[in-house]
Amino acid sequence: MTTLDPPASRPVKPQHPPVVASGYTPATVTDQVNKVVFGSTPKWWLVGFGISFAVVMMFLFAVTYLFAKGVGIWGLNIPVAWGFAIVNFVWWIGIGHAGTLISAILLLFRQEWRTSINRFAEAMTLFAVACAGMFPVFHLGRPWLFYWLLPYPNTMTLWPQFRSPLIWDVFAVSTYATVSLLFWYVGLIPDLATLRDRVKNVWARRAAGLFALGWRGSARHWQNYETLYLLLAGLATPLVLSVHTVVSFDFAISILPGWHTTVFPPYFVAGAIYSGFAMVLTLVLPLRSLFGLKDLITERHLQAMSKVMLATGLIVAYGYVIELFIAWYSGNEFEMFMVHNRMHGPYQFQYAMLWLCNIFVPQVLWLRKVRSSPVLLWIVAMFINVGMWLERYVIVVISLSRDFLPSSWDYYSGTIWDWAIFVGTLGFFVSLIFLFVRFVPMISGFEMRHLVAHGSKETKS
Amino acid sequence: MSATHTPSQDPGSYGLIAEFAAEADVVAAARAARQAGYSRLDAYSPYPVEDLTEALELPRSKVPLIVLIGGILGGLGGFMLQYWSSVIRYPMNIGGRPFNSWPAFIVVTFESTILLAAIFGVVGMILLNRLPQPYHPVFNWERFAHASRDRFFLCIEAADPTYDRRATEDFLRSLNPSEVTEVEN
Repeated sequence: MTTLDPPASRPVKPQHPPVVASGYTPATVTDQVNKVVFGSTPKWWLVGFGISFAVVMMFLFAVTYLFAKGVGIWGLNIPVAWGFAIVNFVWWIGIGHAGTLISAILLLFRQEWRTSINRFAEAMTLFAVACAGMFPVFHLGRPWLFYWLLPYPNTMTLWPQFRSPLIWDVFAVSTYATVSLLFWYVGLIPDLATLRDRVKNVWARRAAGLFALGWRGSARHWQNYETLYLLLAGLATPLVLSVHTVVSFDFAISILPGWHTTVFPPYFVAGAIYSGFAMVLTLVLPLRSLFGLKDLITERHLQAMSKVMLATGLIVAYGYVIELFIAWYSGNEFEMFMVHNRMHGPYQFQYAMLWLCNIFVPQVLWLRKVRSSPVLLWIVAMFINVGMWLERYVIVVISLSRDFLPSSWDYYSGTIWDWAIFVGTLGFFVSLIFLFVRFVPMISGFEMRHLVAHGSKETKS
Repeated sequence: MSATHTPSQDPGSYGLIAEFAAEADVVAAARAARQAGYSRLDAYSPYPVEDLTEALELPRSKVPLIVLIGGILGGLGGFMLQYWSSVIRYPMNIGGRPFNSWPAFIVVTFESTILLAAIFGVVGMILLNRLPQPYHPVFNWERFAHASRDRFFLCIEAADPTYDRRATEDFLRSLNPSEVTEVEN
């Protein structure tokens, strides 16, 4: 039977790295997952949280000033009435998409590697959506009247204009936030029960016990639970694809050159997933080494996430090319001017950086060496984070600053208050991430136990 | 529940609980208990075990039906809200377009469908599981903390008509448990 043995000289095809390092049992994997919550507070955590919380204080200051003075402190004016606020809104909402994609779509596709990162990515989604939701409200000018956007019987007898994409946005984003919160909380219930059963501190036990609702892992509980979890994944799948579609309608339903395109919905969704995975990597890469979770978030996860980024990045590249092509193919003077203005106008630097960050640099992900190197991967992820922000800047600002009538053209740039509020939401986001990883298990314990107990499908075959 | 207690039984007892180290053992034990005629029993596991559902002969989950009802109510409610406010309550003529411009209402209808289906599902799951329920007799046994970590449990309630303190304990001991104990009510 020697013919069946592979020749020694031929290199063996590299297998996927494992989803979980070998040697774990349900008990040890539970301890590993909860280690961060039960351990003492690391010094770097205090420093990191301290810095990000200081940024939140700066954010509160900037927002207070904004509320007192109005949106005039921003760089907004006619014709550019949508500046940083909308750029940041779209950027943050996009980042949120990775969480739901990982937790819902990859669950339906039975991707085992989602198990170690879904909880974290879902939390990231919630925090990103919280940051996103603030910007349109700030942008209202009178943010304390934001509830006028909701349909409710009122003494003015006014109702929202349901034909407006801005109202669709209100519904899309609030539904997305609610469903993401429910999905995250439902996933947490069995893990909160684990905390309740293990934690020594009486107040921590009471808090965990309160939110665990008395979960006891009964077979009846699990049956309803698993059914619901699958159904929620099924509901969240079209939802996640719809949210950025609706956000893109804010632009695509208008008649402005550069906005009025049918390619926007798919290209926005792909871009959202692209930026979401980049943000997951930005956060997970340092956290997994700081908390010693490399056994659970393995090279396999880095490889898989890199491939998702590569694929969605290529869809985004297709979107950029099609924008150029259609502008030429339409033969429309204004469309062609829009492209010329992007390439050679006052924002040509941002447009060039956009191509560099989003299209050219990420092509290094074709190399296995880059995909498995945490440092290089983190650098690529940072390029994509910046690139996706620039994409929204290019879309929002360039089209508005030079529309059909040259006499109304203007140049827009953000003021210090624009930057303060944007950086402030970054601090808010990072603060929430710090609190989350310290007080809640950042990896789903019961799903890891199931994975460890039943063994990975791949290692079995 | 207490009506089914026979006088020989201790009213302070909830039932007998057996601990198992292996998933296969608890599934086999649950199956054996059903075959022995026990009906008031439950199994506990640190992660979902599909075979237990089948071994305990649990009825189908009602969660899908609740989600369907939520989705239908959400879809109809969302569309009717838009129809009523745009056609009846606050009609606004924009460029002569129809008041019932239904294609523009699809987005909100879709969102409200998903929203209500998800909320109904989560609330339904929690209520079907009789949660929140901070107290349950099985928590009285300190070993039960392992049910959320690495151990499996099978509990036969004293309220079961075939329950007999002695015979049931002997039966549970024959199923290869690591421990059997009585849980207080």
